[in-house]
Order: sequence, then structure tokens, then C-alpha cells
Amino acid sequence: MASEIELIDVTKRYPGVAAPAVDSVSMTIRAGEIVVLVGPSGCGKTTTMRMINRLIEPTSGRITIDGEDTLSLNPDRLRRGIGYAIQQAGLFPHLTVGQNVATVPGLLGWGRSRVSERVDEMLDLVGLDPAEFRDRYPRQLSGGQQQRVGVARALAADPPVLLMDEPFGAVDPITRGNLQDELMRLQAELRKTIVFVTHDFDEAVKIGDRIAVLGPQSRILQYDTPEAILANPADDTVAGFVGAGASLKQLRLRRVREVELSRAVTARVTDEPAEVGRRLVEAGREYALLLDARNRPVSWAHVRHPGQPRPVGDSVSLQSTLQDALEAMLTEGGAAVVTGARGEYVGLVEMDAVIGTVQKLRGDHAEPAS
Amino acid sequence: MSFWEFVNDRWSRLLVESLLHVSAVVQCTVVAVVIGVGIGVAVYRSPLGSAAAIALTSAVLTIPSFALLGLLIPVLGLGAKPTVVALVLYGLLPIVRNTIVGLAGVDGAVRDAARGIGMSRFGVLTRVELRLAWPAILTGTRIATQMLMGIAAIAAYVRGPGLGVEIFAGLTRAGSANATNQAIAGTVGIVVLALLLDGVFAVIGRYTTSRGIRGE
Repeated sequence: MASEIELIDVTKRYPGVAAPAVDSVSMTIRAGEIVVLVGPSGCGKTTTMRMINRLIEPTSGRITIDGEDTLSLNPDRLRRGIGYAIQQAGLFPHLTVGQNVATVPGLLGWGRSRVSERVDEMLDLVGLDPAEFRDRYPRQLSGGQQQRVGVARALAADPPVLLMDEPFGAVDPITRGNLQDELMRLQAELRKTIVFVTHDFDEAVKIGDRIAVLGPQSRILQYDTPEAILANPADDTVAGFVGAGASLKQLRLRRVREVELSRAVTARVTDEPAEVGRRLVEAGREYALLLDARNRPVSWAHVRHPGQPRPVGDSVSLQSTLQDALEAMLTEGGAAVVTGARGEYVGLVEMDAVIGTVQKLRGDHAEPAS
Repeated sequence: MSFWEFVNDRWSRLLVESLLHVSAVVQCTVVAVVIGVGIGVAVYRSPLGSAAAIALTSAVLTIPSFALLGLLIPVLGLGAKPTVVALVLYGLLPIVRNTIVGLAGVDGAVRDAARGIGMSRFGVLTRVELRLAWPAILTGTRIATQMLMGIAAIAAYVRGPGLGVEIFAGLTRAGSANATNQAIAGTVGIVVLALLLDGVFAVIGRYTTSRGIRGE
């Protein structure tokens, strides 16, 4: 269940300030997508987001959710239908975790047993054991756990739209990475329309289906997929925001399963080294991959001394990103071994495949020659 | 007659006066809480309003209680009326100030989240802000009660109820038999009542403050 959100010429002016905080923004947020509003501090991205649930009222313009004008609804009722998660989580410190999550269902008048079932379901969903956490108070949780509860509270009434304002901004980098992974996992399951505000472009690239890079007064500098923005930033400002290493960042967006795998010369660990050496010479290759009885890669054998194989270090799975594959290549000193679900050998990723992918992305998103 | 013999002799009368004393203080505190929290809620969003409310209630407190009671006689006469008005006015300051401090101290993120998930303004106030400000409000109320215990004694001057009667009677008859005992009995009685009431507040605080915001 998801809704399309449309902003039409939305402007916000504050009294006594000449320049509008948000100047005539129009954009369509497709149902079921994560759209990340990213931009420098003070560019009006949070203001833009808060106008969607009318925590800030637009001065002019229209915002519709599934075609319905938000201004035609009672703001409190509107907000109960839109999930809301913020930076410090904003949990109610005097209520237990369970009571926090139960807030919106309670406001909507759900029955007691339905609410309590829902609370457990939500805590499960965000990876907190209900039996352990339901009756705790927020101050007894770590920052990351508080954020999870914040997300659970936002999702409790199953809203089609979720607004998230730098929800992972206040936690340490490792926890942030985990929370981002969790959000992506949740989204794969729930397919909500999510508007996500951050100033961290890498975060935007990681979780966004689409990214809106905003300039001053919330002006949209570029609104496109992460791939397209990385491959072809619309102007110097966006390029500056993308930062150095755009090609490396692109590798994070591509999975090993999307590139063509090459094949190694393979042999059994039980095969005679001399036989392995002979086959390598025949194939004109330097290295052979030795597999165990269940086809799992064990070691590399070199053509000149096949009797002294070198163990396989890093391997990657089909779901790994090309960045992981590149990392494995660098540590392995050549191609990265790709394994399947049960650890069995599937193929190799080679440097040429990685380079080819980056080149192709650039080509796909390049502007027509002018 | 020794002090204890005096207390023993007048026990039933002292008990009645104690009850009247506590009852006057508690009732006036309740009224002061209702008015004080109301004022606090009305002004806490505005720095100017907050400053004005605190200044005004502080001003009341600077008036000597003896003078205030005296000034109220021509308006309200003698007895319960001026007593109640004076006690409520004196009780306001700590309650108003702590209500404002408590409400202003609520974390902005919590307030924002409450609004953002669809609580009405009234809901945010009653279900979040006042709950979080409650320990501060309760502390203010406790201070007010302690103050009013003492001020209520002066109310005997306008023929108000309570242990003040004993103190005034003792003081006006200074030198005659049992005058000192009488004044001391009234004073000690007030101190004991104040301590008892403070204990009651500690218990109330324990049972009405969420474990999530209790400092322990």
C-alpha cells in the first residue's frame, strides 16, 4: 500500500524575511519509492518535507496525496495517516516502548488486543524482541534502539506514506549503516512511499530510489536516480555535492549478479597437481581454482608450482556490490571468486567487467552530444 | 503546668485546630494548583508572558502576609474568605514558575514527534507536556504547601481557622499562665504538620511520576 505525493508550486515565506524559505517547488514522488531530499544545511529540505504533513503550512501552492489536497483535510487526521520519524527519535520518555509504538493506533481508536498484537509485530519488524523491550522505557535503550522504536512507532498504523527527517543522523556510523540496511529490508517488504531528508549524500545514494538534490530555497537542482546523478551531475553544484569518487560510489549501486561472470579453470583439490598443471598449460591460463567435493572454492594453484596452492581469501556472493568485489580483487590480487547461496563456486568477477560496468553507466546517463 | 500536661489537657482542641489548619492549606493549595498550572499553560509558549507571570506572582510574595491580610479585611471581612484569598495568592508563585519551567523544559523533538504523528494541540499538552512537566509542578506544589503552612498561622489575625489561633492567643497573653505553652504548642503543631504533609508529597510523587522520567 503506497500513495503518490505531488507538490505543485509549493512556496513557504516567513513573515519579515524577504527571500522565501522554499521557493515554488514542484515534484512528483511516485508511490512505493524512497525519495531522498538531500542538500546543504538550511536549504529548506526539512521545511519542504514538513509541509507534506502540514507541520508547516505552505504559503502557496498545493500538495496532494493520491490526488487528494492535503489542505482539505483536518491536519491532525492527515498526520495520523502519515508516518513520521525524526532525528532524536522523539520518543515519549514517560511511556514504555510498547506505549510509544501504540500511540497512533490508540489515536485511531483501535481495540486493545489489536493494538497490543500490532505493537509486538512492529517491534519484531524492526528487530527488537517484544518480550524484552515492550516494557522498557526509552532512557533504557541505546541510540540505535531508540531509532528503531521511532521507526516502529511511525509504521504502527500502517500509513502509506512515511516522512523521515535525518532519522539516522544522531547515531554512530556503524549503527547508522545497520539502520540503513534495515530500512532497505523493511522497504523491500512494505513498499511505502518514503520521503527521506538527509545532508549525507552517501546515505542518499545508498537508500534512495530517487534523489532530489536541493539548492538554496529548496530549488531542485537535479531529481533522478542515484545512478544517473553519479554518472552525470546536472551542474557544478550537484557535482560538488556528489563529491570525489563518483565512480567508486557507483560501484556500490551495482550487484555482482548484474555483471557478466568469467570462468576459471577449475579442478578438484584431490586431482594430481601435475594433471592440473597440464590443463593450465593447455588452456593458456596461469591459475586454476581448486574446489572441494561440494564445489566450494578452496585454493588457487599456479601453473608453475601446482603442488603448492594458495588458499582463497575473500570471496563475494551474487548479492554483493561491485565495491565489495573490487575490494576482494585488490586483496586477492586478481579476479574475485563469486559463490552461490551454499558457498558453491559460480564464477569470477574480473577487473574488465567492473570497468565495463562503470563505462556503460556513464554512457547510459550521458547527455546527448551537443 | 508543664508543656506535655498542657498538650494533654488541650489535646482535643489542638487536634481540631490542626485538622482545620491542614484542611485550609490543602484546599488552598489545590485551588492554587488549578489556577497556577492554568496560568503556566497559558503563558509558557511566550517568553514575554512567562516573564510577566513570574514577575507578577513574585510581586505578591513580597507583600508581607500580615499586611496583605490586613488589606483584605475591608474588602472581604474577617474569617475564611481573606484567609483563602491570601493563601491562594501566596501559593501561586512556586506553582506558576515550576509549571513554566517544566513545560519549557520538554524536549522539542518530543513535542515535534507528538504533533507529527497526529496528536492534537490539547493531546500534546495533556498527554505529553504536562506529564513530563509533572515532577516540576509537583515540586512547586510541595514548596507552596510548606510556605502556606506558615502563612496560614498568620491568618488567625483575620480570625482564620487553624493553629495560628493558639499562637496569637499565647502571644497576646504573654506572661500569664500557660501563655508560652500555648504559643509553643501551636508552633510545634505547625512544624509537625508540615513534615507530615511533606511525607505525603513524597509518596504522591513516587506513585504519580512515570518510571521513565523518575531520576533513579
